[in-house]
Amino acid sequence: MAYSFDFSSLADYAPVLVKGVAITVELIGVGGALGVTLGIACAWAKTQGPRWLRPLVEAYVELIRNTPFLIQLFFIFFGLPAIGVGLTEMQAAILAMVINLGAYACEIIRAGIEATPKGQFEAGASLAMSRLQTFRHVVLVPALQKIWPALSSQIVIVMFGSAVCSQISVEELTFAANFIQSRTFRAFEAYIVATVLYLALAVLVRQVMRGIGALVFPRRSVAR
Amino acid sequence: MTAFSTWDIVSNLLLAARWTVLLSLLAFVVGGVVGLVVLYARIARKAWLRRAAGLYIELFQGTPLLMQLFLIFFGLPLMGLDVSPWAAAFVSLTLWSSAFLAEIWRGCVESIPKGQWEASSSLAMSFVEQLRYVILPQSMRIAVPPTVGFSVQVVKGTALTSIIGFVELSKAATIITNATFEPFTVYGFAALIYFALCWPLSKSSQILERKLNVAHHHH
Repeated sequence: MAYSFDFSSLADYAPVLVKGVAITVELIGVGGALGVTLGIACAWAKTQGPRWLRPLVEAYVELIRNTPFLIQLFFIFFGLPAIGVGLTEMQAAILAMVINLGAYACEIIRAGIEATPKGQFEAGASLAMSRLQTFRHVVLVPALQKIWPALSSQIVIVMFGSAVCSQISVEELTFAANFIQSRTFRAFEAYIVATVLYLALAVLVRQVMRGIGALVFPRRSVAR
Repeated sequence: MTAFSTWDIVSNLLLAARWTVLLSLLAFVVGGVVGLVVLYARIARKAWLRRAAGLYIELFQGTPLLMQLFLIFFGLPLMGLDVSPWAAAFVSLTLWSSAFLAEIWRGCVESIPKGQWEASSSLAMSFVEQLRYVILPQSMRIAVPPTVGFSVQVVKGTALTSIIGFVELSKAATIITNATFEPFTVYGFAALIYFALCWPLSKSSQILERKLNVAHHHH
């Protein structure tokens, strides 16, 4: 049976799609920034932090990396109110993304830190820097620079994961596509458009990350 | 109204987890077979085959799995194909896995030194013979840890199939929550079951990788 595509019926719903894209961007913008921050904190705790903190971070990372994002999201949105922590859909979605990305970012950034030669730490110490100062100025930035591409990929993966947030009625891109297909019965077209938009968003995220990288990381000076 | 004990919750979740395991296994194994075909195309001598396989991989890696599920589940019926949630879940997870596995394995094949290709080609081996007798046996060793690691992604990916109505662990958790109004307990246990499935895989992937690295240092 032949199926004739009809994208024209989607045109009326362009504002819905635009809103969906905007909310997905908001999710990944806020979730990405906070998630990477959490990842840096956890990577510090795992490599330099107090000994008692390490098993806790380890447990957090393992628990998150070995359970589906959907269950994490449902646990936060449906489960936490049962113990008195009520969150709006948007708050729950962002919290879930931060916690999820934090765990993956922790592992990625830790790998970068562990690839830093020991001499760097010693050089920092010999300049009378505190451990935290050494971490901040000497270790962290080159470590981030090394793993920046991997971190960018992880953020894109988390953005793809954010499609699931439609299930708790966050009105992001997938929600918009669901809404449109329920109105027009043009499921194939709606999801194709959404998929193409996700592709474009992935390119955008990578470009933004590249831009941030170019701003934050000093060019390697060639003086030897 | 029937009362649910904690044990009822856990046992029902465990029963549903069988479908998670079955779907994961099928998608992983069949995805592996399809992945081998894609890998073959990805490293083939013909440029158009390489490009087609590259596009295939890009498509599945570059879009959300949920979109792929929706496209197959809602899209195919419009073309006159009747797909059950189970079939849609199986097909999309298989295709998705095949793309990721092909890309993982490509990396492993490409890490084999070029001299091995040249040596085997100088022995008048055909492309398939080179792969079969020289390249794949060596790259298989390197491929084991990341492949096991990817199986964790497959198990976690199956959770998304609950959204199109396939009753596995996540869907069961939602159904039980709706009956018991105990989301904290139910999703908590569901998370623990996923963890029990995935963590051994993650750990063995790590251990295998470490073993392999040690072996490398000895050479």
